[in-house]
Amino acid sequence: MDQTTHTHAESQNMRTTRHVINVILRDPLALISTIVILLFILIAVFAPLVAPYPDQGQGSTNAGDTMHPPSEKFILGADRLGRDILSRIIFGARPALVVPIGVVLFAVVIGAPLGALAGYKGGWVDEIIMRITDLFLAFPSLLLAMAIAASIGRGLDKAAIALVVSWWPWYTRIARGAAVSLKEQYFVEAAQAIGVRDSVIIFKHILPNTLSPILVQATVDLGTVILAMGGLAFIGLGTQPPSPDWGLMISEGRTFILDQWWISTYPGVAIFIVVLAFNLLGDTLRDIFDPRQYK
Amino acid sequence: MRAFEFILRRVLTAIFVLIGVSLITFAISHVVPTDTAALYLGSTRARPEDLERIRLKLGLDRPLSVQYAIYMGDLIQGDLGDSIATKRPVLQELTDRLPATLELLFFGMFMATLIGVPLGVLSARWQGTWADVIVRIISIVGVSMPAFYLGLLMQIAFFRNLDLFPLSGRVDSNLRFTNPIDPITSFFLLDTFLTSNWVAFKDVFHHLVLPGFTLAAYPIGLIARMNRAAMLEVLGQDYIRTARAYGIKERVVTYMYALKNAISPTLTVIGLTVAYALTGTFFVEVIFNWPGLGLFTVRSLLALDYPAIMGMTLLGASGYVLINLIVDLLQMWVDPRIRLQ
Repeated sequence: MDQTTHTHAESQNMRTTRHVINVILRDPLALISTIVILLFILIAVFAPLVAPYPDQGQGSTNAGDTMHPPSEKFILGADRLGRDILSRIIFGARPALVVPIGVVLFAVVIGAPLGALAGYKGGWVDEIIMRITDLFLAFPSLLLAMAIAASIGRGLDKAAIALVVSWWPWYTRIARGAAVSLKEQYFVEAAQAIGVRDSVIIFKHILPNTLSPILVQATVDLGTVILAMGGLAFIGLGTQPPSPDWGLMISEGRTFILDQWWISTYPGVAIFIVVLAFNLLGDTLRDIFDPRQYK
Repeated sequence: MRAFEFILRRVLTAIFVLIGVSLITFAISHVVPTDTAALYLGSTRARPEDLERIRLKLGLDRPLSVQYAIYMGDLIQGDLGDSIATKRPVLQELTDRLPATLELLFFGMFMATLIGVPLGVLSARWQGTWADVIVRIISIVGVSMPAFYLGLLMQIAFFRNLDLFPLSGRVDSNLRFTNPIDPITSFFLLDTFLTSNWVAFKDVFHHLVLPGFTLAAYPIGLIARMNRAAMLEVLGQDYIRTARAYGIKERVVTYMYALKNAISPTLTVIGLTVAYALTGTFFVEVIFNWPGLGLFTVRSLLALDYPAIMGMTLLGASGYVLINLIVDLLQMWVDPRIRLQ
């Protein structure tokens, strides 16, 4: 019994995945967005190979070319310390894009099991988990993240932790909604009837079936998390110099915006394109699943 | 009676949430790994006896539960502690800056509603046409554009290239001598209007346009999208078809009958985006050097001025809870169905 219901959840997730891929392939905007996102992830992973000036991308200065305007040598110009903007954008894709993906994954890993537990158990367990969730949701997410990031110290890792802490409750809410409707279904009742332990039911039967709505929501959220991460770096609570980061680069070039406009402008374009791609993809996914039905 | 019960339940929940919020705020500020006493003295190399004195003064030697009780006791009396950086009461610092931020926030949300709602109506009425496509593009660009980047683009375009609006600040510093603003409400637009100080009014308005629009971009996107969805749902209903069948003009059907019922879900989104825009003001204020809460908070965050950070976090969460409460009550007023549930 255990085995069959487990595979039931798995095959359903596989079917969902195939359905999602089919829809994305048919929707040109979603397809382009997916390609753009994958491209940026590849660039981030292979940054040392792609960047024209890898050392400058990682922070080493180049005093000879301070504020060099865009030219053949530096396609997107150079910053105050003579570093190639393009190389820094390429290396900056790591904190600006890859780290937010990690943040959302961690938030799902913390939030979803709690929500599944709350929804499945009901009663006081549900009450306690959801009231705590409500408290975290009572803060504007970014404000909470800022306060936490400042308290535990500045830095990329600290900013990531702060964002995980302020984002998990959203997934708890969705997972709970899904779990409440799942626990009435036959395969869960059957598992209960033959005496499968609650923890096994939650992790093997409930959780796998809540994944589709959660992953959709996670994709929709990624744009927001990237903006939040960039925002934290912009005000100085995220990535610290000389490490590259899009939000930080915008902040560094802010003083020179009227003359050396290229320093802030190009990293901004990068953030905008990535967030736009995630939002377009998220729109398509939301149309397929409409996670609102679980809320 | 039911309405009264509903309000009472919502208010009680809000109070419960706020108590929890104070607990979280307190917890955040007490995981600070830095030595608070040293921070207060402004040096990590302060003499041990000085550190000890400050620790006693701030009550840092007491158990956490006692510290929280003291904190709550002060909080109820409206005492948020003193800012480490300015040594002034945090409440004073916050209330001094609140009007500037609220003026920006209201102006931005007013702009967002004024632009977002008609865009939503437009794209719902002309669903599937190029107008709909354009509105979709505007709204998705709006929600994808970081405020801290859009602000800079605005400065390049409208200050450097076109010279239409001022670069930053809330008011031209020369006005202090030529047309001083009488701070009756500290909402400068209102003050200058009340005192018929038209030169200053125009200047204040000019200073508001760029930051206001930067702040409005995200809400415009959300409001337009939400209002479109709500309008489409309403326009598909029977009474609208009946109204059309009676030969009532399409414009009247759209604006008089459909919009009225689509406004309730839109209202929720407007309420929620006000809260989102509150954190948006942080970036906007940094970019436009706007003398409000955001600029103060960012400075406090970087200096680890934790009484100020706690004060601001608490204020932000209270604002959020309050806005949600108001939205709920407004909805109850707009949509009688909620009262019957």
